[in-house]
Amino acid sequence: MLGFIIFIVIVAVLVIWVIGLYNTLVRARNAVKNAWSQIDVQLKRRHDLIPNLLETVKGYMKHERETLEAVTQARTAAINAGGVAETGKAEGMLSGALKSLFAVAESYPDLKANQNFLALQEELTSTENKIAFSRQAYNDATMQYNNKVQMVPTNIIAGMFNFKEEEFFEIEIPTEREVPKVSFSE
Amino acid sequence: MWELIRANRRKSVFLVVIMAALLFVVGYAAGELLIGQGGGVIGLFFAFAVWIIMTLVAYFQGRQIFMTVSGAQKIKKEDHPQLWNVVEEMVIASQLPKIPDIYIIDDPAPNAFAAGRNPANAAVAVTTGLLNRLKRDELQGVIAHEIGHVKNRDILFMTMIGVMLGAIVLITDIAVRSMFYGGHRRRSRTASSGGSQFELIILVAGIVLMILAPLLAHLIYLAASRKREYLADASSAQFTRFPEGLALALEKIAHTPIKMKKINRVTAPMYTVNPLQKASAKAAGLFSTHPPIGERVKILRSMAGGSTYMAYNEAFQQITGSRSSIVPQSALISPESRPAGTAPPGPVPGLRQMEGAALLAAAVPEPATQAGKVRQTTDALWKARNYRFIHCDCGAVLKVPPDFKRREFKCLRCKKVHSA
Repeated sequence: MLGFIIFIVIVAVLVIWVIGLYNTLVRARNAVKNAWSQIDVQLKRRHDLIPNLLETVKGYMKHERETLEAVTQARTAAINAGGVAETGKAEGMLSGALKSLFAVAESYPDLKANQNFLALQEELTSTENKIAFSRQAYNDATMQYNNKVQMVPTNIIAGMFNFKEEEFFEIEIPTEREVPKVSFSE
Repeated sequence: MWELIRANRRKSVFLVVIMAALLFVVGYAAGELLIGQGGGVIGLFFAFAVWIIMTLVAYFQGRQIFMTVSGAQKIKKEDHPQLWNVVEEMVIASQLPKIPDIYIIDDPAPNAFAAGRNPANAAVAVTTGLLNRLKRDELQGVIAHEIGHVKNRDILFMTMIGVMLGAIVLITDIAVRSMFYGGHRRRSRTASSGGSQFELIILVAGIVLMILAPLLAHLIYLAASRKREYLADASSAQFTRFPEGLALALEKIAHTPIKMKKINRVTAPMYTVNPLQKASAKAAGLFSTHPPIGERVKILRSMAGGSTYMAYNEAFQQITGSRSSIVPQSALISPESRPAGTAPPGPVPGLRQMEGAALLAAAVPEPATQAGKVRQTTDALWKARNYRFIHCDCGAVLKVPPDFKRREFKCLRCKKVHSA
């Protein structure tokens, strides 16, 4: 009788332990999914901010039509892009176009004194940061999750219930990966 | 991250149990000493009641008390967009469920603290001095440190253990005082009843305990506090992927000779840098709430292996010569320590590695002058107090108090009449 009770207790403890492990895996996987959706939220926010920026800048930067058009085109391309690879590439282009817009704005003192422009610049810079941080958070969450999928004892549960490793976010655009070339000779 | 929080919780529970045991022993001894034999149980109940009441107040009102005592003012996004954005960025990086409430303290000394019992109820407060002095990168480091406190559940833990410390100090204080003033009655009674050897030993042991217990409780509290500061620094590096930001900020804070205005021994341990502790201190004394700034900066600067918890831990052990781990082992999973035969995931790219760092450095809009930055901060305070801003054509900005009743008023510079 006593042996039977001990047996039942051991089984119960084991079951609770397995449930605990399963739940940590689910929690880690949900963190990965949530982090991924955060990236989309921030990308969307950037798309929404750009028309305002262009509207503010237009009056000051009359001679920079090409720069402004590049931003508009990159935005349209980014909104219409489908699939992870294409989206990554288009968003990279948009980052680049915005970078050159802000660089050109440096030579317009009136524009730099405009409160509206400064506010938008802060918003866009922060959004840029938030995109980067949400990608970083996605990678952190993915690393946590993948560690759990691979390591003892959670890997056993992961194998039983078909938890698959997630992929890390990596930059799709080759130019962003390159180390900037600095040349001192004329 | 989960491992970190959970390992933290285990350690916290252990320390809380020790403190609780100390509290009850003190309560029992105080009862025996003051009321006489058999009074220990009453003392025990008294200690328990004091503890429960203080804990409930701290749990539900702690944040409000802290904010009121330090004169902090809650802001909205429009009041100081940059501060708000920096907090939001760190919330994203740390994967907190919700953005904490943000407060500004009108004080020229640069500092910051976090409060609130859990991430859903958290608040971050920064001084105007901090906003005026730090660049965006540095501010980000400080905010990440505070978010680290929130994420690691440090605030709840330090409040709980601080409350117990307070209760122990209170009870021993009452006991010692009443023994000092009302002791004659008891002593004469003991003398008349002959005073057994045993009772005398109890009396002496009790008095020694009354003196030592608060000291011991204080040491536990401080050791826990220092460890949490290192951990929050490690979190800051992990979230920003840029340890140098916090290092620069700490140096600036340490080298500012201004003292904080509204500060006392209760609120001081909550700040990024303890405002009552000498910045020049070289070693972490047993009686300091924070590790010395110089050492914190040195650890952040020597994080050679990237900006992960592991890199911080290595740097910590190297600088302090300590063998203990600042971060629990279970959270220190490196690609090398994974089981053989599984594919290494490769380095996890952080912000700096992923985006062109040049973009961030160049496009961050810093107000051109120090004056511009100060104006941005003071404007935030006006806005937080619900002043209305009216831009006059002459370029002046009129700040109208919320309780201003007149319908019309003149611009102070050009005398143009504005209507409310």
